[in-house]
Amino acid sequence: MNSWKTRYTFCLFILVFSIPFSGYSQGLLDELEKETEKDAPKREPVSATFKGTRLINGHSVEMPAKGELLFIISHRFGKLSTGFSELFGLDQATIRYGFEYSPTHWLNIGVGRSTYMKTYDGFIKARVLRQSKGKKPIPITMVLLAGSSIHSLKWQDTNRKNYFTSRMDYYYQIMIARKFTDRFSLQFMPSMVHKNLVTRANESNDIFSLGIGGRYKVSNRVAIMAEYHWLVPGQRLPFVNGLQPRSPLALGVDIETGGHIFQLQFTNAQAMFEKGFIAETTGNILKGDIHIGFNITRTFSFRKFEPKKRSKKG
Amino acid sequence: MKKFILSAVAVLALAVSTFAQDNTYFTKTGHISFFSKSPLENIEAHNRQVTCMLNLNTGEIAFKVLIKSFEFEKALMQEHFNENYMHSEKFPKSTFDGKIVNLKDINFSKEGVYEAKVEGTLEIHGVKKEIKETGKIEVSKGKITTKSVFFVALKDYNIKNDKIENIAENIQITVDVKMEPYKR
Repeated sequence: MNSWKTRYTFCLFILVFSIPFSGYSQGLLDELEKETEKDAPKREPVSATFKGTRLINGHSVEMPAKGELLFIISHRFGKLSTGFSELFGLDQATIRYGFEYSPTHWLNIGVGRSTYMKTYDGFIKARVLRQSKGKKPIPITMVLLAGSSIHSLKWQDTNRKNYFTSRMDYYYQIMIARKFTDRFSLQFMPSMVHKNLVTRANESNDIFSLGIGGRYKVSNRVAIMAEYHWLVPGQRLPFVNGLQPRSPLALGVDIETGGHIFQLQFTNAQAMFEKGFIAETTGNILKGDIHIGFNITRTFSFRKFEPKKRSKKG
Repeated sequence: MKKFILSAVAVLALAVSTFAQDNTYFTKTGHISFFSKSPLENIEAHNRQVTCMLNLNTGEIAFKVLIKSFEFEKALMQEHFNENYMHSEKFPKSTFDGKIVNLKDINFSKEGVYEAKVEGTLEIHGVKKEIKETGKIEVSKGKITTKSVFFVALKDYNIKNDKIENIAENIQITVDVKMEPYKR
């Protein structure tokens, strides 16, 4: 008998028997993992950069999901500096009611009404980039905002010709945000406010600001918020009731409970729409011109429940 | 004689290998849903991208579920589920690695519905736990469907249930996974 033949048979024997059983040398779960890893990794959007659609005063990059309606009530009390006779501002209040709706996942429209100068406002918010992980990641979320506000106060001077357009103002903003960690997100938002009517001829109609805002989550449901719009120096800012506008600063806390978000804040701004708080904040924080305020956001869902069915090809 | 042994071995090996292949079943489109019943609201979510493998020879069965693939009625529920409860950035998947223990009671080559007892390790939210559950195995038209309904206690898997939102302590899980022969 040839020794190489025996060896050959032996080798073949080992070989053919090892093939079918090779699969069992590892657990079935490992095999399942291996099989599913073959699928190309998908791009996956990063969710919940912020809890609400507002940082504090201004917009965040968040918008309601497709088909969802938000109702926001915002409230700013008077200035702490008004002292005891006004109970540190609690006797006075300005309110804004607003609705926001997303007809599709990247577009959001909203309307609101404020007691501040009896103003109606409306805006369009469009997301052009969404921070994503996985295949071809995107590092930031970018949202464009354009809005207009119309005040409905009686004209102060009825002797001159008053145009309807004089009631109107516009605002534009680019929001760039990144969720750095589960807890920490940062947003940068340059804005321009255009006032159709200013009081004096040497005042500029356009007001530019650079905004920055952020959140730090201290627990699952509670986050600390900050927001600042820096009025770019060197502008001929239109005065408000004879006062020089100041950059609005706000510090707040977000508390999330199911379908509601409560936002509590301290800010030197009183208005709750862009033209108001960016261009017409006059409060001096150092002198105690601080307003306590809150926003309450409630979500209503109109989307029908139809979980996506995956195609058989899979 | 040598040649005969050699070819016999080859034929046997071939038979064993094809036998082994045919006896693993697989899917990527299994369906797992859960239901939470509470006085405030009922919450339901569906995942139709469940992967599952079943080895008919050994009775081994494995599931893998991506937490983010659960779909809810409301987008906010889904966000809270991923952010506040399951922490799906940190624990992206849930798995089950187990075995059918009464394999002799199930005849995979004959159409019908069989009771199956399953034991194994269920991993949810990064916590592994040994479980024993019963289910049904349906053999029909060359496909095998596993079905089971069981309850999972949130505290077993270190999932915090804040009292603010009424979510049941025990969540009902429904498994309905149809598998086809696995082609390697």
